[in-house]
Amino acid sequence: MNYLVLAAGATALVMVATSSFAQQKPQVDAALVDRYVAATFKGASDEWKKRIEQDASQKLCSQYRNELPAGEVQSSLAREKAALKFPADGKVIGDWKKGQQFAQRGTGGQFSDGPSTPKGGNCYACHQLSSAELSYGTMGPSLTEYGKIRKFSAAGAKDAYAKIYNAQALFPCSNMPRFGHNGFLNEQEIMDVVAYLFDPESPVNK
Amino acid sequence: MRGGRAVLVGLAAVVVCSVTASAQAPLTDSEKEIEKYREMISDPMSNPGFLNVDRGEALWKLKRGAKDVTLEQCDLGEGAGKLDGAYAKLPRHFKDTDKVMDLEQRLHWCMQNLQGLDTADVVKRKFGGPGRTSDMEDLVAFIANKSSGMKLATPVQHPKEKEMYEVGEAMFYRRGGQWDFSCATCHSEDGKRIRLQGLPNLGKPGKQVQETMGSWPTYRVSQSNVRTMQHRLWDCYRQMRWPAPDYLSDGLTALTVYLNKNAEGADIQVPSIKR
Ligand code: HEC
Ligand code: HEC
Repeated sequence: MNYLVLAAGATALVMVATSSFAQQKPQVDAALVDRYVAATFKGASDEWKKRIEQDASQKLCSQYRNELPAGEVQSSLAREKAALKFPADGKVIGDWKKGQQFAQRGTGGQFSDGPSTPKGGNCYACHQLSSAELSYGTMGPSLTEYGKIRKFSAAGAKDAYAKIYNAQALFPCSNMPRFGHNGFLNEQEIMDVVAYLFDPESPVNK
Repeated sequence: MRGGRAVLVGLAAVVVCSVTASAQAPLTDSEKEIEKYREMISDPMSNPGFLNVDRGEALWKLKRGAKDVTLEQCDLGEGAGKLDGAYAKLPRHFKDTDKVMDLEQRLHWCMQNLQGLDTADVVKRKFGGPGRTSDMEDLVAFIANKSSGMKLATPVQHPKEKEMYEVGEAMFYRRGGQWDFSCATCHSEDGKRIRLQGLPNLGKPGKQVQETMGSWPTYRVSQSNVRTMQHRLWDCYRQMRWPAPDYLSDGLTALTVYLNKNAEGADIQVPSIKR
């Protein structure tokens, strides 16, 4: 299965997801799996239980093992794209120094974290960003010189905002968390992270 | 034993800052060094996990509970009291409960039913910590060690074992939570790492999943404790931004059946020692 996804916006992001073989639809009864999951997290608080209720995309991506059949790709992108929200005044670039902290920090949202534990986007877990930082993961592509390569264009920054807000609006079943869509990072926090990618002074672009 | 432990303390820092080599090739120089250290400290004389093995043996033979009997009549699948090779075939279906159980679920069942033990305290100490040993970690280290040198052969034959395998596979790919994660997010590709931490590909049969599943329980140097698969999965759900899974829940057993089946034929060498 091969599919092309054209992202809206001035810079068309073209992404190709390939898989050598089509995943067979699993045989197991979905209601049975739901029962196991419910029993496994029986002891969790209602608030935590709510967090693992699946939305439409989580359900589909689980069902198809992250490889959507061609017929599901467009509707999935459309659904996620329709839920995108940009800052009202159109400004998407915040403070890169604060953004750097979000990119570095891996805490927040874990059951071991307290309510006052600072949260982060943990970008370095999956991406290379500043070339000075050697401790970076490889689950996502390198983002070094991200803004510079895109000539610091306004459209590029807006695409980056969209990506961080909802990675699945651009790439179905992306492994990247939907930070804004899921309410983990707020508007200002995403703007700060965008600045880390797009401010000419940010170490990402040095 | 004492000498060995002193050596370990010296090496601990090196191992703690290390990356696992399993998911990456070729090995860097520092990874090769770490591999060498790991071989050295896999030696029973210097791996502190063998203290748990000794404690586990004592617990196995300890009379407790309302019935004041030992665990020695507990049937782990190979017959009452038979320990050799039992761990290699767990989780498995048990006729008396008509359930598929992993080692910890089974031990818990034997404590309650054979010994008549109130297990509240055992469950409270499910994971050891500073100044607190865990009976379960000790017993698992002791019993799993009796399968060291054998091959992993978790059965997927009984209809309930098949159900566990299928549910486990589905749970491996189940996405959810604030970060949209599933196990597959971090464990379904070769050669990926999170920060500098190598991530084993556990989603398909092969060497990586074999090396992983054949090496649990393990003494985790960074935590100064023997850890079981129940703990590993609990910690991965934490990283996934999911709620804490219930100890001894069937979903964790289902995941273990799925992973063990992918790891079929793995060499079991336990307790191992890891970062
Ligand atoms: C769990 C892994 C993970 C985390 C955490 C993560 N990403 Fe990603 N990211 C990915 C993957 C995988 C891709 C490639 C697939 C895609 O485009 O969705 C990606 C793609 C991207 C892209 C698009 C790259 C391109 O090709 O133009 C940007 C920009 C990005 N990530 C930024 C971030 C930022 C900023 C953060 C932190 C706030 C972050 N990511 C956190 C996994 C992650
Ligand atoms: C956000 C990333 C992430 C997710 C999601 C995740 N894990 Fe892990 N997992 C890790 C890391 C990091 C390690 C530690 C690797 C190491 O120490 O070598 C690990 C280790 C493991 C190990 C032991 C590996 C070894 O070499 O001994 C197993 C087994 C495992 N995970 C299973 C799972 C399962 C099952 C799930 C889903 C319930 C899961 N993981 C979800 C990051 C993750």
